[in-house]
Amino acid sequence: MKQAELIPHLFRTEYRKIVAVLCKLFGIGHIEIAEDIVSNTFLSASEIWGLKGLPENPTAWLYTVAKNKTKDYFKRNSLFTQTIAKEIKYGSTNSEEIEIDLSNKNINDSQLAMIFVVCHPCNPAEAQIALALNLLCGFGVDEIANAFLTTKEVIYKRLQRAKEKLRVEKIKIEQPTTTEINNRLNVVLMILYLLFNEGYYSSQNMTLRSDFCLEAMRLTYLLIENEQTNQPFTNALLSLMCFHSSRFDARLNQNGEIILYHNQNTGLWNQELITNGEYFLNQASQGNTISKYHLEAGIAYWHTIKADTKEKWENILQLYNQLLLIEYSPIAALNRTYALAKVKGKKEGIIEAEKIKLTGNHLYHSLMGELYTDIDNAKAILHLQIALSIAKSAADKTIITNKILECEHKNCHQHLINGKHNVTGLN
Amino acid sequence: MKDFLLVFRTDYSTMPKLSPEEMQTLTKRWMDWIGGIAAQNKLTDRGNRLVPSGKVVKTNNVIADGPYAEIKESLVGYSIVKAISIEEATGLTKGCPILEIGGNVEVREIDVL
Repeated sequence: MKQAELIPHLFRTEYRKIVAVLCKLFGIGHIEIAEDIVSNTFLSASEIWGLKGLPENPTAWLYTVAKNKTKDYFKRNSLFTQTIAKEIKYGSTNSEEIEIDLSNKNINDSQLAMIFVVCHPCNPAEAQIALALNLLCGFGVDEIANAFLTTKEVIYKRLQRAKEKLRVEKIKIEQPTTTEINNRLNVVLMILYLLFNEGYYSSQNMTLRSDFCLEAMRLTYLLIENEQTNQPFTNALLSLMCFHSSRFDARLNQNGEIILYHNQNTGLWNQELITNGEYFLNQASQGNTISKYHLEAGIAYWHTIKADTKEKWENILQLYNQLLLIEYSPIAALNRTYALAKVKGKKEGIIEAEKIKLTGNHLYHSLMGELYTDIDNAKAILHLQIALSIAKSAADKTIITNKILECEHKNCHQHLINGKHNVTGLN
Repeated sequence: MKDFLLVFRTDYSTMPKLSPEEMQTLTKRWMDWIGGIAAQNKLTDRGNRLVPSGKVVKTNNVIADGPYAEIKESLVGYSIVKAISIEEATGLTKGCPILEIGGNVEVREIDVL
């Protein structure tokens, strides 16, 4: 790897590790100091490596420099030494001998501790996601703002407020206890799930977004590597993520436009991720409780089989039924109706769709358009036009426009056939 | 929105003995029906089935045994749905599998204490 690529790469993989270790060492009150030290370390790297060339082991170099900068900070800042160094649990109270442990084990422990801090319910979900992207994944304010389609200022404020809240609540950065894990793992998993979705369902900045998904997977995997958090729900969540991400390469064409499932080239589906998904789904089936992650992973599993069999859609329908019993969501209601139409036919599907009445949702009208196609193409077009008028993202609009064209083509064709019949009738 | 209790009743004695496959099909039909209500966001509590045998406690410590073979309409289960009116709640029972085997659904508005 060339230096120009290496620094961003190391920034992505190492920044968060060193930040996690330093945060755990300093405590929640001094996250910014940890971030400053690590940012400075990377700044030094780009300057010195540019002048002197790459060191033999760049990661080790970063660790050493980060350690030295931390020690310098202790020396320079007497206030810091007096107030914080005393609180530091590690080693001696003498700041010069404070040990900064950047071993793999401590990095993993620190990251786990940080996951539980970042996903603390004292902050609203959107703030937790922004914090996760910033502190756990090393994304900058710019990148996060870009992803949420908002300004740097908004995200900056959101992060500041979230960090302040953690400080005020005096949240401790430490290895979570078994009780804490049991009480809070579901919230942590939900945030990782939302982080993944943020990447998966958004239509802007495609490359960055798949980064979000991979980060969510990495953090979930970190939970699986830890014995206490390696629970069936965690495995179900990772399984779900594996199945979904197996289609990343097939999901976009060269222009970055979304390719719908039934048009995807299955050759581009990542078999390794599918196999991993199956493995984690098996792991998830130990135990008696079933979560929405289990059901969604089950649905995603059936989608890794492209052929439209009756068995596939019956299973998907039943899984959506169960999912809706656990938790209602408009998207689950819409997908369930689609599965029902696949099992029982479009006419039954239309009856069920009319009952769910999600008329303000463009996906509802897209579904109606799909169900009316070949049954009443004029009605299908009507629904698709409504969908087009309420859809927001450019990607959605493109998909709907293509469907309208397809439908208009069919509709014309239908008229022609009807017209010919009339002529024959007259004769 | 108000909550309504749906009470399912049927005659156990006329219930056909089902093979495991038929049982599975019946379960699917129940799931499709209740899933349809959930998809409208009108399910408060999916409820439960009740085992056939039971006891009835009457005055003067008289305890009667179930199952009540003599009773034409045994209680077999319940669910709670939400709807604007009793008419809407009644409409939700359409397609309930109990109706296809000669049973019935009683719809009652819940008067919250």
